[in-house]
Amino acid sequence: MKKICLTVIGLYLLLLHAFSQTAPADSAGFKSRKLKLDEINFVSSYYTQNGDHSAIQGGIGSEHVTDLANGLDLRFVGYDHLLRKNTLTAGFGLDHHTAASQAWVSKTGASKTGGTRIYPSVEWERENEKKGTRFAIGASYSSEYNYHSLGFQTNLGLKTKQNGEFGVKLSAYIDRVRLIRPSEFNTEDTITNTTGGTTTYTTASGRTVTLSSGSTYVSSGETSIPSSPRNTYTASFSFNQIINKRLQGALLFDLVAQNGYLGLPFHRVYFKDGVDSVENLPSSRFKLPVGMRLNYFLGDRVVLRSYYRFYIDDWGIRSHTASLEVPVKITPFFSVSPFYRYYTQTASKYFAPYESHTESQTYYTSNYALAAFSSQYFGAGLRLSPPDGILRSHLTTLELRYGHYTQTTDLVSDVVSLNITFK
Amino acid sequence: MPRLLFSFAALLLAATSCVPVKEYQKNRLNDSEMSLSNRKVEKNEANFQSYREGSSGANGGKTGGGCGCN
Repeated sequence: MKKICLTVIGLYLLLLHAFSQTAPADSAGFKSRKLKLDEINFVSSYYTQNGDHSAIQGGIGSEHVTDLANGLDLRFVGYDHLLRKNTLTAGFGLDHHTAASQAWVSKTGASKTGGTRIYPSVEWERENEKKGTRFAIGASYSSEYNYHSLGFQTNLGLKTKQNGEFGVKLSAYIDRVRLIRPSEFNTEDTITNTTGGTTTYTTASGRTVTLSSGSTYVSSGETSIPSSPRNTYTASFSFNQIINKRLQGALLFDLVAQNGYLGLPFHRVYFKDGVDSVENLPSSRFKLPVGMRLNYFLGDRVVLRSYYRFYIDDWGIRSHTASLEVPVKITPFFSVSPFYRYYTQTASKYFAPYESHTESQTYYTSNYALAAFSSQYFGAGLRLSPPDGILRSHLTTLELRYGHYTQTTDLVSDVVSLNITFK
Repeated sequence: MPRLLFSFAALLLAATSCVPVKEYQKNRLNDSEMSLSNRKVEKNEANFQSYREGSSGANGGKTGGGCGCN
């Protein structure tokens, strides 16, 4: 926690230093110029939850989690000689979590309960404001103890003459899941090649080893933990349209294909006879979410922000999400935004609670994220964004938001988030 | 599903009956509260939801992958 606080303070000092070098804004408008620091965004959230359906203990046990997530984005903007706008965004995120259930990866409850995740990213975008086109490419990386991810994405946008815009985004995540299993399954691997030639073996922990005749392999702690790939490919399509002076909407449509190891190796399943195993899920998944947004400016002070999503996948989950947020402008630059979100989903065909699966089943999980439930999420946000900056400083936007989340599985969580923008 | 199709039909109908809006008439549409994407302050909320729920996507955010979530 100390490290995180020091990091946040360090980032803040870096940010102040960056702006101390900023020249006055260029009033010439569309003029060729090199990339210049234009905006800094800092988002920080604190999340806490409680529940009694831990996936690590097969659908029972504490789900207490705390998570402190921090993200910093630096945006540089410039124009080339053809007056195309170039934007380079560099991001860095740092999360730290504690999870009570993580202790029970070990049968004795002795595993460590905390973890840190870092996730840098970079994106470059070129926008031709005259033609109404934009193109972007980006890459991201995420690393935590049991999971590593490399992401690539490209983005295309085209504005129509009728105040609309088409968007296409293609992304790929090439991930690796470290196969950390519950301790009772970590039998020590000792293999001796008694054959006459070189032979390849698969060890009890899933590692592949090649041994020459007469040699012996003995696993040695963490170095013997293998990992398995998980790949996610997404094609996202969007269409935004201005409908009249007060109303605009968007249609959103994703095609998502995943393959590889799609469960988590430390999620237990207890069968009806009391025997435990590790969850087993198919090695592919296809998701189809379709969403829409409609935003309406009501009078001079109230905005209605609505969202609906229908989701279906080939694991048997079908869900509906509907939300409404109503920002009320107390002044032109200060708003209060109460919001409400309702979510409901059917269970995956592979889900069953604690001691409900039978060993004859091919796929099984007791992870309650795949159970049938509905949830409600409500709260409010405050947003302050004066045109000359807060107290005439570079701090242009300050947003604070709190939300309370309840699931019919008895999971309850709270999240408070802060966003500050410097220009 | 029928409700979804009805909603899409309604939105398409609205889109085809769009009123031309000039640049100088977009002061309300350009208001930051009218943005057709999630707020920056919501970024981590979307991540938490994708961990706790079985579905994700169609919100301009994550659709899976990139972390130990579904």
